[in-house]
Amino acid sequence: MKLADFVCFEATIPELKSDYRDGVIAELVTALDKAGKLGRGNREDVIKAVVKREKEASTGMGKGVALPHVKHHAVKDVVAAVGQSSMGIDFVALDKQPVYSVILLISPADSPDRHLQAMESIFKHLQKEKFRKFLRQSQNAEQIEDLLREADENPSL
Amino acid sequence: MAGRRQNNTDRLEGRQQKVVCEREVEIRNTEGLHMRPAMQFVDVANRFESEISVSSGDNNVDGKSIMQMSMLAAVCGTKLKIRAEGIDAQRAVEALKELVEDKHFDEPLPDKKKR
Repeated sequence: MKLADFVCFEATIPELKSDYRDGVIAELVTALDKAGKLGRGNREDVIKAVVKREKEASTGMGKGVALPHVKHHAVKDVVAAVGQSSMGIDFVALDKQPVYSVILLISPADSPDRHLQAMESIFKHLQKEKFRKFLRQSQNAEQIEDLLREADENPSL
Repeated sequence: MAGRRQNNTDRLEGRQQKVVCEREVEIRNTEGLHMRPAMQFVDVANRFESEISVSSGDNNVDGKSIMQMSMLAAVCGTKLKIRAEGIDAQRAVEALKELVEDKHFDEPLPDKKKR
């Protein structure tokens, strides 16, 4: 699966306002909601579900990235939103370091395989230092979209 | 004489310390190797000194890295090859096999009717 297949670029937040986990999750879910990806009236419930999942085990997996996610009936296929913070977010990450790049992923309740494919696609890139660095250096939503699309086309990036 | 035998024993033990152990395991839980199971896997792997790698055929990743393990996208039914190298390789592979196959990450198995 390619990033562009499920990342909603309209929902990109190049500079997150919040500097704490739950605030960032709310911002990204709201962005997806505004982009029309969550159906009607699901925003609050999706926020709650993502925060609940995050409290069970942090998805701040180190190296400045976090991947909050949840399975929810609000979506029919996997959808993601990217958020960046230059000041750093307290995400209760595994390495206790601040998080700068957040990718929120919402998956349908009944297709675990699609969820795994989206995860694979995200981590394939996120584990590369160069990709993480470019993501952090992105100044606006357009640059983030260009980076993700380029990463899709050029696996060596 | 006695000294030489001692040397031989030392050398033998030195060689025995580096063990390579491999085993194929099947992902059995319905949801596959998503983040929570991947974290459990990495937690268990990190209890051992051995180097641990996991291969899905397409990808060969570090079994102690959560990012790399999440990259495997191992759905239910996927077969993975676990390879450990080091003094506790055997125990590491056994423990990981138990987690993946016997405990299936404490997650539900597929409905038999459906599969």
